[in-house]
Amino acid sequence: MIRLEGVNKRFGDHQALEDVSLSVAKGEVLCVVGPSGSGKSTMLRCINHLETVDSGSIYFDEAPVYQNLGNRRRRADSDREVEAIRAKVGMVFQSFNLFSHLSVIENITVAPIHVLGLSLSDATQSAYALLDKVGLRAKADAYPHELSGGQQQRVAIARALAMQPEVMLFDEVTSALDPELVGEVLRVMRTLADEGMTMVVVTHEMGFAREVSDRIVFMAEGRIVEEGHPAAFFAAPQQARTRDFLRSLWERNRQLGGAVSL
Amino acid sequence: MLTEFLALFDLHGVGDYLPALMRGAATSLALTFCIILISLPLGLLIALAKLGRSRLLRSCASIYIEVIRGTPALLQLFYIYFVLPSFGIRFDPFVAGVIGLSINYSAYLAEVYRAGIAAVPRGQIEAAKALGMSRRKMLRLIVLPQAIRVVIPPLGNYGISLFKDTSLVSIVTVKELIFTGQIISSTNFQYATVFTIIGAIYLAFSYPSALLVRWLERRMNVGNKAKPIDHGAPDAAVGAP
Repeated sequence: MIRLEGVNKRFGDHQALEDVSLSVAKGEVLCVVGPSGSGKSTMLRCINHLETVDSGSIYFDEAPVYQNLGNRRRRADSDREVEAIRAKVGMVFQSFNLFSHLSVIENITVAPIHVLGLSLSDATQSAYALLDKVGLRAKADAYPHELSGGQQQRVAIARALAMQPEVMLFDEVTSALDPELVGEVLRVMRTLADEGMTMVVVTHEMGFAREVSDRIVFMAEGRIVEEGHPAAFFAAPQQARTRDFLRSLWERNRQLGGAVSL
Repeated sequence: MLTEFLALFDLHGVGDYLPALMRGAATSLALTFCIILISLPLGLLIALAKLGRSRLLRSCASIYIEVIRGTPALLQLFYIYFVLPSFGIRFDPFVAGVIGLSINYSAYLAEVYRAGIAAVPRGQIEAAKALGMSRRKMLRLIVLPQAIRVVIPPLGNYGISLFKDTSLVSIVTVKELIFTGQIISSTNFQYATVFTIIGAIYLAFSYPSALLVRWLERRMNVGNKAKPIDHGAPDAAVGAP
């Protein structure tokens, strides 16, 4: 469904992504883990065209989103093609980014109405169904600043789902939340995974990665170091870099007396 | 001192020229409204041009803003009223005044709009993009509604200062409040009385407007009192090596 081939991206002197190749199959839940600054979020943002790649190709449903033609020429899609892809790819951000001037229900319906062309009543009806799903029907008329972080993030997930996306991208969606609010967001994501949604989840929640994902990708210094089945990944990592990463997590967990879910 | 000052006042004949002053005040108000009506949308267009993707439009907007803000409004009025007629372009004084100050204010308002649009957080724009919105829809549905809340108080303040700045138009012989006062006082020599009344008239409009703007500002702040998002240290959960 999504395929990256030899993607490179640099910010000034910093090589954010180096020769990254990856594919995500329909219905697959892929978790991307790794230390901060390893390029996980950048990769996610490239898929959705929030960043442009320097070289390499990204395919969505085998249609090129972005293609490097070599010789410094590249094919960037037209605005319209980019928008069409974004409409099919849901994205949830670390900082929620709910539209602050719109109520919860308006946040969810604005894009279906204005991008997909749904009628107000259809959009509102499915928005209520989504609010039921994330357990926030009672907050339909609230404004984002009246909600807790966990509630805002659940609305953000509902907002992305309202576009009936073919794949959902989650960019460290629990990292900005108070620890006690993380669970409610992960529960919603778990439900989505169970329903067969294709998901790419950049996360620091190792418990979630282990239990929910079909495959784990470990990134460091802009490269994909290792990928594999979660059980194998945690039990028997192949690369030294992966073992270092897991060991540091493990030690941190022990210091905290098991407070970090591993 | 005070008695000398008070002695300057002569309310004799006020009734004779008060109607003329009121007509002058009406002209000042009419100027203000016309100029607001033109410069509010014009300023927005210039701000959008300056923030847009077309390099040509961007440079045009920048030049416009810099030239207009870098020269006196009086000079701009002179240009329209005295220089343009040499090219066969003639306006009556009121129209010349409206055009001159509309051009002048639109440049300042463009900067207000630009700042308001720039104040919309990046995350809001990324969220709109991620939902597949085109630039135009994003602007209309997300960016401008949020920017408007930020710019309403400064726009209100510009409106008030515009009401006072309409006095500049007296230079191209529009009979607004100040010019009317000059005409009256140059015949009855009651400068103190006439100009004090004029001052009172300006205040009578400006002060309530200033209160209104302050009230709006408070209201906008209440609406915007978003809980600050705790971005915390997002990576704290990871034992980064």
